[in-house]
Amino acid sequence: MLPALLTRQETHSSARRLTAIIGLLWLAALVCLPWADLDIRATEPLDELARIGWGLITPGWDDPASLVQALGQTVAFALLAVAISAPLGLLAALMFHWWPVRLLAAALRSVHEIFWALIFMQIWGLSATTGLLAILVPYTGVFTKVFAETLALQNRTPEQSLPPAWRLIRWLYTRIPQALPPLLQYTRYRFECALRSSAILGFIGLPTLGFHLETAFKQGQYSEAAMLLWAFVALIASIRYWLRPKLIPVYLLIAIWLLPETIGFSNPGYLWQFISQDIWPAPLLAGDLSGTFDWYWKLLSGQAWQGLLQTLLLSQLALLLTLLIVLLVYPLATRRLVGPKIWWPGRLLLLLMRSTPEMVMAYVFLLLLGPSGLPAVLALAIHNGGLIGFLVAGKSEMEYQRQQQQPLQEPSGLLLYSYVETPRQLPALLAWLFYRWEVILRESAILGILGITTLGFYIDSAFEEIRYDRAFMLILVTALLNMLVDGVSRWLRRLAEPQAVSAGRG
Amino acid sequence: MALFSLQQQSLGYAGRIVLRDISLTIRAGEKIALVGPSGAGKSTLLHHLHQLQPDQIALCPQADGLVELLSAYHNIFMGGLDRVSPLAAMWNLIRPLAQARQQVAQVARQLGIEAQLWQSVDRLSGGQRQRVALGRALYRQQAIFLGDEPVSALDPLQGKLLLESVLSQHQTAVVCMHNPELTLALFDRVIAVANGGILFDRPASELSQHDFDALYQGGSMTDEHASNQPTADQGLPTSCISPAQPGFNQSNREQ
Repeated sequence: MLPALLTRQETHSSARRLTAIIGLLWLAALVCLPWADLDIRATEPLDELARIGWGLITPGWDDPASLVQALGQTVAFALLAVAISAPLGLLAALMFHWWPVRLLAAALRSVHEIFWALIFMQIWGLSATTGLLAILVPYTGVFTKVFAETLALQNRTPEQSLPPAWRLIRWLYTRIPQALPPLLQYTRYRFECALRSSAILGFIGLPTLGFHLETAFKQGQYSEAAMLLWAFVALIASIRYWLRPKLIPVYLLIAIWLLPETIGFSNPGYLWQFISQDIWPAPLLAGDLSGTFDWYWKLLSGQAWQGLLQTLLLSQLALLLTLLIVLLVYPLATRRLVGPKIWWPGRLLLLLMRSTPEMVMAYVFLLLLGPSGLPAVLALAIHNGGLIGFLVAGKSEMEYQRQQQQPLQEPSGLLLYSYVETPRQLPALLAWLFYRWEVILRESAILGILGITTLGFYIDSAFEEIRYDRAFMLILVTALLNMLVDGVSRWLRRLAEPQAVSAGRG
Repeated sequence: MALFSLQQQSLGYAGRIVLRDISLTIRAGEKIALVGPSGAGKSTLLHHLHQLQPDQIALCPQADGLVELLSAYHNIFMGGLDRVSPLAAMWNLIRPLAQARQQVAQVARQLGIEAQLWQSVDRLSGGQRQRVALGRALYRQQAIFLGDEPVSALDPLQGKLLLESVLSQHQTAVVCMHNPELTLALFDRVIAVANGGILFDRPASELSQHDFDALYQGGSMTDEHASNQPTADQGLPTSCISPAQPGFNQSNREQ
C-alpha cells in the first residue's frame, strides 16, 4: 500500500500521501532502533550535567585577548573561504552545462569540510592553507550547484536581444544582475554555515573556536566553554548588524592579517607522492591483482560496511527525532500560536539550537552520556530541529502578517496548532526535512571524529595510523553515499511538495 | 534580394502549431507591418524570422527584456556588446566606457530618456521602459529591425515619431502592430495573420481602415478585447492610453 501511496498519480488525497511519508520515517526508525548503539555509558551523568549547566549560566574567561583572537580567526577563515569560493562557484556555474563541471562540483561537495581538512593536513600540516582550503573546496562545489540552478531560473527574454558574445559577458549583463538578490542572499546564508564549519575545524587542531572549546571541556572549565559558546551565538545572531557590504574589503584585509602565521609549506614532490602513491593500496601499486581484490574486499566488508551501517542507522533515527522536535518547537516561535510573550524566548531558544554546531553539541552529550550513538542522534536532531523550526516559524509568521488585515474565524490553542497551522506547514516542513536529510547523513558520518563508530571514526583512525590508502577509500565510500542520498532526497522532496521550496537548502 | 523566404512552413511553439503552411518572402529594404488578432501567430512568426539569422537582427521583444537592476545606460549598451572586447565589456559594468557613454547618451536623447539614463530600469514607467528597449535595438546597429509592438505603451503621436525614426535607421523592418492608423502611415506592406494562416499580404497603399475592421471581425474577437490593453502589464498609467485609441479598440466596441 505504501508504494502505491508514494507514487503521486495513485493518490487522491495529499494528506494521505504526507501521512504515508511520515509513516515510512517511523518504520525506518523502528527498524533501525535494535541495531543502533544507543547505550548510556556514563557513570554519573546528572552531576556532570549540573556542572555544565552551572557553567552555562556563569560564563567567564580569564584572558579576553585570546578569546577575541579565537573568534577573530574563526571569522577570518569563514570570510576568506566564502570570498574566494563564491566567485569561483559563480564562474563554474557558467559552465554547468558541461558535464565534467557538474561531476566535479558534485564530488567536491560530497566530502565534508573536516575530511578535506584531514586530507590537506597531511600535505600542508596545521596551517592557514589547510583551514582555508578545507572550507573553500566543498563550498565551491555547493555554490556552483546552487548558483547554476538560480541562474537557470531567470527569464530568458533579455538575452534574446543581445548580439553574439561570450556566455560570461552575456550573463554578466543579463542573468547575473537579474539573479543578484537571491545570489547574495544565499551567499550570506552560506557565510553563516562557514562560521560553523570554521569553528568545528578547531576540533582537529586548527586555532579556531572549536580548539579552545575542546580544551576547555577537557579540562572541565565549563564557564570558559560557555563563554566561547555564548560569544559564538552572539556573533551569528548579530551578522546582519556587522556584515555591511561597504565594510567587507576592510574585514578581508583584517582576515588576512589574522590568519595563523603558518602558511603551510610542502614541496611539490611530496604532493605528487601523496596523490600517486600514498593514497593507493600497496598491492595495487605492485600490480598484484588478486591482492588488490583482497584488500578492497576486506576493507569494504569490514570497516566500510560497519561504518556505513552505523552512519545510516543513526541518521535515520536522527531524521525522525528531528521531525518530532520541529513539531514541538516551531510553535514556540510562531506568534499566532503562543502570543507575543513566549514568542521572544521561543525565538532565542531556536537561535541557540540552530547556531550551536552539531559537533559541539555532540561533544557535550558524549561527556554526559558516554560514548555511543545516542549523543550523535540527539545533537543532530536538536540542531536540525532548531533550524527547520526556525524556517517553519518564519513562513508561518509571514502568512500571519499577510492575513492580519482580514478577520478569520479560526480555533485557538491546541486546536489551531493541530487543525490549522501544522497541516498548513507540513508540506514545506517535510521538504525542508528532506533537504536536511543529506546534511544529517553527512554530519553523522563526521561525528565519528568524536569516537562514535560511524564512517568518520574509521577515517580518523586511518589517518592517525597513517594508512592513507584506507582513509582515501573510506572517504570515497562516504562521498558516494552522500551522492546517492542527494538523489533519493531530491526524489522524496518532489513527492512531499509539488512546488519547490527554495529556502533552507545546504 | 530575398532576406527571408518561407515555403509552405508550419510554425508553432510548445508542440502546438499556430501557423500552417505559410509562404512568405521578405526582401531587403521593405518596411512590413504584421497585423492580426492576439494569439493569431504574429509573435510566433516574428520569433521564427529572428531565429533564421539572430546575429544580424536588432530585436525588440514584446516583454521588453530589460534587466531590472541595471541602469538604462547598461540596458542600452548591451545591444553593442559585440563591438567591444570582453575585458572592456566587464570594465564597463564598473565604470562606463567614455566612448560608449557618448554614443548611448545620443541614442537616449533621440528617444527622450536622457534624464533617466542612470536610473535602474525598475524605477521607470512603462513608456520609458519601451524607449529603453528600443534604445537597445537601435544600439545593435543592424540593417534589419524586428519589433513586437514596440510602441504599444506610448501615446499614438509619440509612438509615431519614435517608430518613424526607428524605421528610418534600419534598411528592413518587420513590426507587429496594433494601431491601424500608425500601420497605414508608416509601413509600405501589411501582412495580416489570422485563423492559422496569412489572410492577406498587400501594399499599405491598397488598404483602408475598412480592411482592418474586416480583419478583426473575421478573426477571433473574443480574446482581442483583453489583450488590447498591452500597457496593463507594463505598469503604465491608464491616462496614456485614453482617450481611446482610434482603430482596433473602436472596432471592438462596435461589435
